[in-house]
Amino acid sequence: MNNLSQAIPFFGKRNPKLALIILLVLAFALPLVAAIFGRTWVRILDFAMLYILLAIGLNLVVGFAGLLDLGYIAFYAVGAYTWAFLASPQFGVHLPFWIVLPLGAAFAAVAGILLGFPTLRLRGDYLAIVTLGFGEIVRIFMNNLTHPVNITNGPQGIGQLDPLVIFGLEINRDLQITDTISINSLFLFYYVFLGAVALAVLLIKRLQVSRVGRAWAAIRDDELAAKAIGINTRNLKLLAFAMGATFGGVAGGLFSAFQGFVSPESFTLMESIAVLTMIVFGGMGNLAGVIVGALALACLPEVLRSIALPVQERLFGAVYLDPEILRMLLLSLAMIFMMLLKPEGLLPAQARYSRIEHLPGMKGSGQ
Amino acid sequence: MIKLLEARNINKRFGGLTALSDVSLSINKGEIYGLIGPNGAGKTTFFNVLTGAYVPEEGEFVFNGSELPLGRPDRIVARGIARTFQNIRLFREMTALENVMAGRHIRTKTGLLGVLLQTAHTREEERLTTQRAYELLKYVGIERFAQTLSRNLSYGDQRRLEIARALATEPRLLALDEPAAGMNATETGHLRHLIETIRNDGVTVLLIEHHVKLIMGLCDRVAVLDFGKKIAEDAPGEVQRNQAVIDAYLGGAHHAR
Repeated sequence: MNNLSQAIPFFGKRNPKLALIILLVLAFALPLVAAIFGRTWVRILDFAMLYILLAIGLNLVVGFAGLLDLGYIAFYAVGAYTWAFLASPQFGVHLPFWIVLPLGAAFAAVAGILLGFPTLRLRGDYLAIVTLGFGEIVRIFMNNLTHPVNITNGPQGIGQLDPLVIFGLEINRDLQITDTISINSLFLFYYVFLGAVALAVLLIKRLQVSRVGRAWAAIRDDELAAKAIGINTRNLKLLAFAMGATFGGVAGGLFSAFQGFVSPESFTLMESIAVLTMIVFGGMGNLAGVIVGALALACLPEVLRSIALPVQERLFGAVYLDPEILRMLLLSLAMIFMMLLKPEGLLPAQARYSRIEHLPGMKGSGQ
Repeated sequence: MIKLLEARNINKRFGGLTALSDVSLSINKGEIYGLIGPNGAGKTTFFNVLTGAYVPEEGEFVFNGSELPLGRPDRIVARGIARTFQNIRLFREMTALENVMAGRHIRTKTGLLGVLLQTAHTREEERLTTQRAYELLKYVGIERFAQTLSRNLSYGDQRRLEIARALATEPRLLALDEPAAGMNATETGHLRHLIETIRNDGVTVLLIEHHVKLIMGLCDRVAVLDFGKKIAEDAPGEVQRNQAVIDAYLGGAHHAR
């Protein structure tokens, strides 16, 4: 979070504490502002939070450890389907969230290791192709695991999922404070997701500035040299896959609870690419950049779409460009302009893997 | 003389090419041992086999009294052998300090849980790692660049940083692959001084080098490789007078076959 607050122009670096407070206030007030324009916008923010969770999880794999993963959405699917299996009428199992979410995360981590093992020797494009295949395999499994026993309910998906109940508070239902005042469940979800994002940021930050984070960065920068200083590259790559997948799994579980419904079509290749786009757009490797990128790319298309529709009607008297087409068009345009103008992303990586305050008598940079 | 490393009949082939053929040599504790030979003689291959990057077809290494695990770089580093590369290989996106901190990996223990929970032990180890890394930067004389990205360092400083990173693994044997390549006379002089300091602090040094003056002035003993075979092993002065060595370098009868 520190690093995100320091990205605020003008005073972020000069007054980090104030910047952090402003950031938290902003994060807290965001849905209230959005609600002025309609409930839909709060919903979009909810999804943006899930995308942030996905993006920082994928950033761990791609940005920190340098393993290009195009099938990341598969872990999201594993988390989502874990919720669907263990908290729905599908098998008549109804476990509470504090069992299902960690289980989803654990299954996703195992899936991450399963993906990691055969790809240990691959890098770059080759790794991307295999992970892409892995993502598709998971989706196709979800689509077809209906015979001989119906497990996933195929393309119809699984519905009537259990709501998210945290300490007796049902997040899926509006919170009734008095007879006339109530808090919409979309807001409740926003704050739950915000909490998850904050926790994820804290954990990722700790990982980054640690023995593990440095080993990942070493493997990313030069695998041969990493081996030569005694880093067990196999174990650490598997750990990166597993940790990244864990965040995807948690996001998937939350997504299930939020939607109350899962089906394979939520986990297409396009989603994997969308999350990767957010990372590249924001600035790969830099946590603040990744968050900004996810937020921007989850919200901006919606904003432009809501402008584009009335404009089209006003100008042509009809809507020629379908909103979904428009979204892809805008994402592609954003990427093209980004690559032309700022290839390193909005906030280029200045990721640090050490704390300078550990050096007494050392101040600032040497050069 | 106590033997630190003994290579016994090392053979390494790449397809039809024999890169190392029955190479046996032994390095004594505390010496600076040079490995020289014309280009393509197998010097770097020897390094790669020794440090576990390649697995030899035959032969074994005895290090500090017991056999080395072949082809397991992490375990070999743990046993106390560190290396640098002919073409510098630093972690580009990390600062000089972080490069050396990464070098502490094998000598530190913090695991995933310790990191996530930030236990007292983790924080203490992190602090010690930072300080030790800074001391090593000082040792090689580039502490003022601690916070500079390694890719922005000058060539000579990158070489020094690579040595500091290797030293961070606490080696008994430091293997340097052409450390003076591309250096000017002043830089080479500093490097020579650094290598001597390292040796005087108790680390044995294995040195591949083309720079004849450096080898002759620095090494206690020198082995010469030619076409994957060891053709001489002696004090530098003797090696200079060895007819087989002269032939190998100047193209004598050996090449006229």
